[in-house]
Amino acid sequence: MRKLRRYGPPLALIAPSVFLIGVFVYGLIIASFQTSMTDAHTSAQFTGVQETHFVGLQNYIDILKTDNFQHSLRNLLLYTVVFLSGTMFFGFLWAFLLDKRARAEGFIRSVYLFPMAVSSIAAGVVWKWLLNANTGARASGLNRLFQLIGLDFLQNKWWSNYNWGIAAIAIPAIWQMSGYVMALFLAGFRGIPNELREAARVDGANEWQLYRHVIFPQLSPVALSAIIIIGHMSLKGFDLIVAIAKPASYETRVPAIDMYQFQTEGNYANASTVGIILLLVVLVLIVPYLVHTARAEKNR
Amino acid sequence: MRRISILVAGAAAIALTLGGCGGSDDKTTESTDAGTTAAAEDTAAAEETTESTDTGALVAGASGKLDIFTWWTAGSEALGLEELQKVLAAKYPDIEFVNGGTAAGQGGSGKEVLQTRMDAGDEPDTFQAHAGKEMQDYINADQLTDVGYLYDQFGLRNVFPEDLITMLTQDGKIYSIPSNVHRANVIWASVPVLEAAGLDATNAYYASIDDFIAALEQVKTNAPDYIPLAIGTTWCQVHLLETVLIAELGADGYNGLFDGTTDWGGAEVLSALGKFETIMSYANDDHNDMEWEPPITMIINGEAAFSIMGDWAPAAFDAAGSVAGSDYLYAPSPGTEGIFDFLADAYGVVNGAPNPTAAEAWLDVISSREGQIGFNKVKGSIPARTDIDLAAEGFSEYQISASEDFGSNAIVGSIQHGCAVTIAQGNAINLAVSKFVSGASDLETFQSELVDAMK
Repeated sequence: MRKLRRYGPPLALIAPSVFLIGVFVYGLIIASFQTSMTDAHTSAQFTGVQETHFVGLQNYIDILKTDNFQHSLRNLLLYTVVFLSGTMFFGFLWAFLLDKRARAEGFIRSVYLFPMAVSSIAAGVVWKWLLNANTGARASGLNRLFQLIGLDFLQNKWWSNYNWGIAAIAIPAIWQMSGYVMALFLAGFRGIPNELREAARVDGANEWQLYRHVIFPQLSPVALSAIIIIGHMSLKGFDLIVAIAKPASYETRVPAIDMYQFQTEGNYANASTVGIILLLVVLVLIVPYLVHTARAEKNR
Repeated sequence: MRRISILVAGAAAIALTLGGCGGSDDKTTESTDAGTTAAAEDTAAAEETTESTDTGALVAGASGKLDIFTWWTAGSEALGLEELQKVLAAKYPDIEFVNGGTAAGQGGSGKEVLQTRMDAGDEPDTFQAHAGKEMQDYINADQLTDVGYLYDQFGLRNVFPEDLITMLTQDGKIYSIPSNVHRANVIWASVPVLEAAGLDATNAYYASIDDFIAALEQVKTNAPDYIPLAIGTTWCQVHLLETVLIAELGADGYNGLFDGTTDWGGAEVLSALGKFETIMSYANDDHNDMEWEPPITMIINGEAAFSIMGDWAPAAFDAAGSVAGSDYLYAPSPGTEGIFDFLADAYGVVNGAPNPTAAEAWLDVISSREGQIGFNKVKGSIPARTDIDLAAEGFSEYQISASEDFGSNAIVGSIQHGCAVTIAQGNAINLAVSKFVSGASDLETFQSELVDAMK
């Protein structure tokens, strides 16, 4: 009875969210996993008019074997690498400069953060125009800009390149999210007590040594968080790509788009297979982070 | 340290929220139908001619709610739908029209909403789809009923072209009735650019694909400031590809691609694909960045010589004040004279519809003389019925000529617009074309991917 009084109210409070998450997140993951192991490749099978059969991991083998899906995975990797390194570079650089007590810091900070407030679709529409593939006399967007400033050799077809096209889509993504990474790092910089800097200076450290040995090491938890957040956003990337290119565009295919396309054809088995593959890829990134955090909290 | 983690956690929460939103907007609107440019002046004309040829209600006892799912929500399509509603109100005053469709747009998400409703057992009475194979998934899933008896009841077998009825019939059953017809194999040409290139500026028809390629080459050499061929994104390229296949294989050979009598892996198809590649080499660089309308605008502005697009293009020409004959020319696409590459919007009766009689009444409305005249005149498409005198009803010159062809030509089904292939096949063909045009696959791989797509 005493136990009930002690644990009852918290349990009752937490129960609805546990239930909702259990059903709508984990329950649906299990349902997707089940669907991915059937041959429900048509809507007739999905609605039960035709039979479905258990096929084990056959869908995974079939999908992973195709050139087109391997191309999607390769695109995903390229997109993630470019997006991640771009946001980390610019985010850190801006935070570093702002940490120098720049004038009008609040204003500059807002300017850098602002792109994040723009919806991916709206940003995509604008960048679609900026990333126009025309070169030479008919050039517009960034290619025209390159011409105006005399950098004609930089003109290119942007995302209409089957090898590197996806990297062009990462440019607007970097534009959108760098300010956010900046905010993370800036919080990190500001969280470092001034006493530490003063102590280092008293000990005769020059500015570079101060950053190298005192400040940067303390930023690594922030950097890790930034990598996880940007990384998982990149893996789920869909809206920006679809806003700039088309679902049908081979150049910018990523697994999320494959999943969408399968679903539009009523091929629920393949769609959930791709979904589960994506989930596993995200887990590869998230789980080490969770383990790391759990350990850190234990040690505290 | 504590402060940092709070800040980081807050920022993470923002990121998750942001990651979760967006994406509801539909950017995949691959409009296969008339553009957003409404021909408002036609509406007035349409109203005058909805006269007393009323054939009366052919479905007895239809009343109650008609739950209809359509993506005619904007521009000339919405105006056309209003015309149909007028006919419905006149014929079946007891039916209440409830539009369960979505403003989210054509193609993409509209279909998903429909699919969700169907799978959840919340079926509408009738829904819009492209006539033909695009409906196959619904048919296989037992979600549509055979409406062959309505063809008899409404007397449609005598007024629709025979080829059309044959094309829509499967195992003796027909699952939909078309409300309007579009032609896909049309070439549009800019008169000033043809003159600059020294080409015939009075006739844009080329008897073969080879003649057409020669004309493109002539534009390139004689008028290097102009784009020989204006084309849009992947679906426009698939549209182009199907017109090349029709020209190279002929109507029977092309139809054979879908019943197995023509081999997708054969030499004829390979040669046609090679010609498609040649034609694409004359296209604008930024084709991926465009829907169908910007290429037509390039014709209107005299920047490009030719474009191949369906006959929803006149809406764009009209909106720009461009005049057929003096500003632009139209003709059947190269090598396809005598063939009508067909696509249509159609409606069926949903299996398990709450009010099937109302759905039948709707099919009566869209297939009736008044319905077909009222809707098509506003939308810019042509009636599926061949017993309508378009000239007397005040249709445009293009519509009159297209309708004559529809009544007399061999009719074949469009690939891109859902008539000849299922959605899954269409997706696979689009991906193969996108890959090939981007340069990621060679001709042989392209062909083998098309073979796989049609399996």
